[in-house]
Amino acid sequence: MEYGLDLEYSFNEFLKGFGLSSEIAHIIWLPLPMLLVLVAAVVGVLVTVWLERKISAAAQQRIGPEYAGALGVLQPIADGLKLLVKEDIIPAKADGILFTAGPILVLVPVILSWLIVPFGQNLLISNVGIGIFLWIALSSIQPIGLLMSGYASNNKYSLLGGLRAAAQSISYEIPLALSVLAIVLMTNSLSTVDIVNQQSGAGILSWNIWRQPVGFIVFWICALAECERLPFDLPEAEEELVAGYQTEYAGMKFALFYLGSYINLILSALLVSILYLGGWGFPIPVELIAKFLNLPINSPFIQVFTASIGIVMTVLKAYLLVFIAILLRWTTPRVRIDQLLDLGWKFLLPISLANLLITAGLKLAFPQFFGG
Amino acid sequence: MSIAITTQIICFSVLSIVILIGALGVVLLESIVYSAFLLGGVFMSVAGLYLLLNASFVAAAQVLVYVGAVNVLIIFAIMLVNKKEDLKPISDIKSRRIISTSICVTLLSLLIRVDLTNVWSLSSPQNSIGEESTIRIGEHLFSDYLLPFEVASVLLLMAMIGAIVLARRDVMSRDISTGLPVDQELIEKSSEPLLSNKN
Repeated sequence: MEYGLDLEYSFNEFLKGFGLSSEIAHIIWLPLPMLLVLVAAVVGVLVTVWLERKISAAAQQRIGPEYAGALGVLQPIADGLKLLVKEDIIPAKADGILFTAGPILVLVPVILSWLIVPFGQNLLISNVGIGIFLWIALSSIQPIGLLMSGYASNNKYSLLGGLRAAAQSISYEIPLALSVLAIVLMTNSLSTVDIVNQQSGAGILSWNIWRQPVGFIVFWICALAECERLPFDLPEAEEELVAGYQTEYAGMKFALFYLGSYINLILSALLVSILYLGGWGFPIPVELIAKFLNLPINSPFIQVFTASIGIVMTVLKAYLLVFIAILLRWTTPRVRIDQLLDLGWKFLLPISLANLLITAGLKLAFPQFFGG
Repeated sequence: MSIAITTQIICFSVLSIVILIGALGVVLLESIVYSAFLLGGVFMSVAGLYLLLNASFVAAAQVLVYVGAVNVLIIFAIMLVNKKEDLKPISDIKSRRIISTSICVTLLSLLIRVDLTNVWSLSSPQNSIGEESTIRIGEHLFSDYLLPFEVASVLLLMAMIGAIVLARRDVMSRDISTGLPVDQELIEKSSEPLLSNKN
């Protein structure tokens, strides 16, 4: 069912109207969605930083940022500007090349993963066939950047922080991938668009969270661990390691780590909403609303309405999850390293394996509910 | 020449140059840490070559397995055992270098001969399967390649158990290299918390 707005097609037709060849039109089109998603990601980070400041203030009975703009909404921009104009320091005994390459290697895979985040039927950069697998593969590059910056800083706290970060993200990648695999098993496809369409049958009732409650919890815990959010922020545990692998960093290089971790948080929230909460789907199917209003599903009004509702729903679900993550950060204590590894290897891994097996069994037993 | 083909040629030449220079760097650089990171770069570029060949699933698997697992473990091991010691100069380094160079040159000439004599069946872009390759790989893994697939996983399991046995020396009564009985007192039992013994 190929419905919905196809902006690329209309844009190309529009340019061809001026006598341009289809190849040139395609090249002009290519950077537009990428820029749009990049801007969306950065604005999302600004909003998340503001939310983090305000919610942490509320959790500790403070007021939080107040003077920069109404309710302090301009505070994250002030933070960003400050980091932008600060002196860029490379410590004297540090390894200059690796020290610079580390933050880049941390940030680039996270931004590349936005390639597969859909905000609507055709509202994504590229509907690649390997979809969600691309995200799993890309997120496995990150530990190299962390190890690199930890090593290059020439500081024992940095090295320990880098090693902890890599160990953590390796051990939580496996249950994460296994819980994604259960979803893929139900969808028969790796593509994120197909995963959302599979959940769009009966509105809120057909969301994957009801069929995969265990997978949802495992995925959420692992996503928090991959983002190094509290209760799993051991790599930068300030009481033990100063700031972990970020200790020696200042200015824009520090800002890259900061940006990377927040973009990763938003990305994880978006992926949880895509995999388990129906993505861009409205709790009541849009087809029912169209039938109620006596409008054909292909009318321009319904099309624009569907697209805007899709974007709003995706962002709303993602920010609900971001809110939970922030609340968790300011209300839970940190786990110890042995508890962290025990939880990952002795609890989440067997549970996600069992979840995968049960999903496969249920798929064979009830193909109409668990994807035939 | 269309824009798509030009882009493909540019990508191919950049990737090949990165692979060649990176691989030379892995072998020739003095610093083992640089070699390990360059190895990661070479793995990434090979994944890029797979992408150019329309094999996106293989490319992603290459990144996941080689960069995300193998290379991270190599770097991990280097950083955990980062002893700064001067290596002893080897006496007969010259003859060793001559032997290894001749072996490498022989291997290279063998590969070049295979490359020149073999008739490569080049598929045209029309009949490439593209995105469907994921399904084809799965079908092959569970039909005609089932036995090699399972044997490989058994091999990995054996390696894993072997590593655990070597790392946890308390499961063995005799040292492997010397044959002497292992002094069980000296083995750290780090998995047990320190305080629970003192009651």
